Amino acid sequence: MDLSDELIIPAPRDRVYAALNDPEILRRCIPGCEELVKHSETELEAKVVLKIGPVKARFSGKVTLNPENPPERFSLTGEGNGGVAGFAKGGSVVTLAEQGEETLLRYEAKAEIGGKLAQLGSRLIQGTAKKLAATFFDDFRAALTEEATA
Amino acid sequence: MPKDTGIGASSKRREDVRFLTGKGLYTDDVSLHAQAHAVMVRSTVAHGRIVRIDTSAAAAMPGVLAVFTGEDFAAVGGNPAGWLINSRDGTPMREPKRPVLAHGKVRHVGDAYAAVIAETYQQAKDAAEQLAADTEIEELPAIVDMKAAVADAGNRVHDEIPDNLCFDWGWIEDNRAAVDAAMKAAPHVVTLELVNNRLVPNAMEPRASIGEYNPGTGDYKLTTTSQNPHLTRLLVAAFVMGIPENKLTVVAPDVGGGFGSKIYHYGEEALVLAAAKKLGRPVRWTAERTESFLSDAHGRDHVTKIELGCTKEGEILAIRTETLANVGAYLSNFSTATPTFLHGTLMAGPYKVPHVYVNVKAVFTNTAPVDAYRGAGRPEATYSLERVIDKMCRELNLDPFEVRRKNLLTPDQFPYTTPVGLVYDTGNYQATLDKAIELGNVAGFEKRAAESKARGKLRGMGLSTWIEACGIAPSHLVGVLGSRVGLYDAATVRVNATGNISVMTGAHSHGQGHETVFAQIVAERLGIPESSVEIVHGDTSKIPFGMGSYGSRSLAVCGSAMNKAVDKIIAKGKKIAAHMLEAAEEDISFADGKFSVAGTDKAKTFGEIAFSAYVPHNYPLETLEPGLEETAFYDPGNFTYPAGAYICEVEVDPDTGKVDVVAFTAADDFGNVMNPMIVEGQVHGGVGQGIGQALCENTSYDENGQLLTGSFMDYAMPRADDVPFYTVDHSCSTPCTHNPLGVKGCGEAGAIGTPPAVVNAVIDALHRGGMTHVTHIDMPVSPHRVWQAING
Repeated sequence: MDLSDELIIPAPRDRVYAALNDPEILRRCIPGCEELVKHSETELEAKVVLKIGPVKARFSGKVTLNPENPPERFSLTGEGNGGVAGFAKGGSVVTLAEQGEETLLRYEAKAEIGGKLAQLGSRLIQGTAKKLAATFFDDFRAALTEEATA
Repeated sequence: MPKDTGIGASSKRREDVRFLTGKGLYTDDVSLHAQAHAVMVRSTVAHGRIVRIDTSAAAAMPGVLAVFTGEDFAAVGGNPAGWLINSRDGTPMREPKRPVLAHGKVRHVGDAYAAVIAETYQQAKDAAEQLAADTEIEELPAIVDMKAAVADAGNRVHDEIPDNLCFDWGWIEDNRAAVDAAMKAAPHVVTLELVNNRLVPNAMEPRASIGEYNPGTGDYKLTTTSQNPHLTRLLVAAFVMGIPENKLTVVAPDVGGGFGSKIYHYGEEALVLAAAKKLGRPVRWTAERTESFLSDAHGRDHVTKIELGCTKEGEILAIRTETLANVGAYLSNFSTATPTFLHGTLMAGPYKVPHVYVNVKAVFTNTAPVDAYRGAGRPEATYSLERVIDKMCRELNLDPFEVRRKNLLTPDQFPYTTPVGLVYDTGNYQATLDKAIELGNVAGFEKRAAESKARGKLRGMGLSTWIEACGIAPSHLVGVLGSRVGLYDAATVRVNATGNISVMTGAHSHGQGHETVFAQIVAERLGIPESSVEIVHGDTSKIPFGMGSYGSRSLAVCGSAMNKAVDKIIAKGKKIAAHMLEAAEEDISFADGKFSVAGTDKAKTFGEIAFSAYVPHNYPLETLEPGLEETAFYDPGNFTYPAGAYICEVEVDPDTGKVDVVAFTAADDFGNVMNPMIVEGQVHGGVGQGIGQALCENTSYDENGQLLTGSFMDYAMPRADDVPFYTVDHSCSTPCTHNPLGVKGCGEAGAIGTPPAVVNAVIDALHRGGMTHVTHIDMPVSPHRVWQAING
């Protein structure tokens, strides 16, 4: 499954980059996120409750960040295990371009799913992932907008 | 005037009384004192190395009685393939061990590598989840695509098998050069590449097994969802567990459909027996629906290139095919016979084709095992052949009806030896074709097409003239071809003292209606009411022996055995009657339930003879044993060859690509028909499954070997509104020449003849709509695919 989109965040690029590496902001913005622990500058661990079609489960996952060229570009890979619900793994490349005081965020993501998620939810996964991504970035933009106006 | 009882009557299915009132007894209905529950732990990855299984946490969970892993079965045997195929170079096929539980590696999503036994189902399920969390599997790249599998020698489903090839089979290899030459010399050659889509059998009742063990006697009992209890006993006892056959009883009670998927022995059957022995308690397992999708043997899955050489007038000169057949991750019991001797031998169809050569490469992949599914090999052959003939007609602008007629064998040519190793004993293919043309009102098609057009729909008509080999089959022949078992069948006819009868049959009924039809035959032959005959099947402790039900063989093979046992009953009855009537044995005749002395009015009823056999006060005890019970084994002299002509009419919506089957005519030759209603029902079911394959069903694995169609949400079964009212006829009968009842087989016909008729009709509709660029659409011919073809 492939996913890509771009959107404008009303904040400077350095701030956007920092926010994308801020566990507290991420925890607030990731849909269903119950817990997010930063083990190091590049390693995060998360617990997320997700419902995809008929499958609802708590996924525990690891995310590894790869700051290729901060703050312009970085990538990340991750995998989450939902026990009998199956698993998901994938990666994303994010680029940030300055547009005056704002930032254009582009991402391209790839994901693979397995187990019950694949057997029961494969037709729903693209739509669900798009919705989750949209929710994340809506909340992320809102968080930064709030911060700018606060 | 139709008969109302006996052979040829549409007797009502007696088994339906219990099925329709909820009184059937299926494996999962069996509830035993102190039973424990098994849950299998299955791989969520398609290919991986088992690094570590830590059972300690699961074993300590509430209610858990035992945990098994592959290690526990490392010393016992594997589940074997029943048919040895040799490659073109003479080397035997590669046969990797198929263990009870995966050991070392997991090879498909759903491959069971452990099992948990607990007091309750929920406790077992919870512990299985814990065990999955405590298992580390190093994921390996999945091998899914067959072409990539044979091209990539580095990535192997089985480490010991390079290029993932099970065998490379040529049929008939000695004819290859002649076929190549004929193809080269042919004035026209048609080429078609097609996919025969992978199907999940989806019996209504999922697989289930219960193991029991009596420590006092050392006896095991397996209650299981099987089409084939004796074969299951042989496999699990002799090959896997090392139990003497006389210490294991296998019972297959009511079974809710099989379609092939319950012919085979599965690891869960060995697991529940081993667990029952270890715990000294009954252990039960029932598959969940998604578990069935993941672990039942699937069907079809061929990728074929077929070439047909012909004259410009449509006379077929040569046929050559190259097929990749998916066997999945392990060899299921009949998986090697299905793409070879049930497929290649049918590639001449009902036609006089001088040159035919078939090449099949069987490929291991990280998918569920693939084996025989209703039709088994013959649908694949029929589809390839009937589609390429249809393409020939379009390329050469010939009438598909006339081309069939020109190439069909004629009644005077039987017995006919095909170039692919079969001898067709009898048939009249023109008769079924004419009957289908009449019943399908082919003459009125243009008018119907115009009416459809007025509604914005494209109407098309597709034809398939099919043949199959069933009633499998002569042991001497299948032995030469590589079968490791004989394919006879057996029946015992037990006449009780009061004249009623119990018949124990090796054939197993899992929906077919044997209890009705077999009783009709015995009643007719002995001149007694059907209600006096009871059919007993599915219990190895009661049945003499049997090879089960599949390959449309029950009536032709087991019915013939039963008929032979009835012959013996009548022969013994004559001896008893001769004594009682003080006449010579050769003067006794038997008809209408009476033994009579020729030329006199002296007679004894069947009931009187039966009574005398058990109360032998006036009986020739010095020359004849008392009692009236006979067993017969029957090994057929040949396959039987049902054939027919199917005409399908579809309407295609050119805007959406949706295909509606609006009419379907099936004219079949099944030889003598024992119960027309049941035959019609079998055809309805088969055609329905054929339409399902053609329009709806597809088993989809992604490139990582994840099954994406793992439930009825995503796997499209045909529904009532996907099928039309069928026109079914079986009046064009040429009785089988070599079995005593003159019967062929009707169970698989619909699934064999239907898919090409449907697809040919869709292509016809598109061509009539001016879309002549569309030469083929792979099944399932979904709205998406049709729309793409239209707009391609």
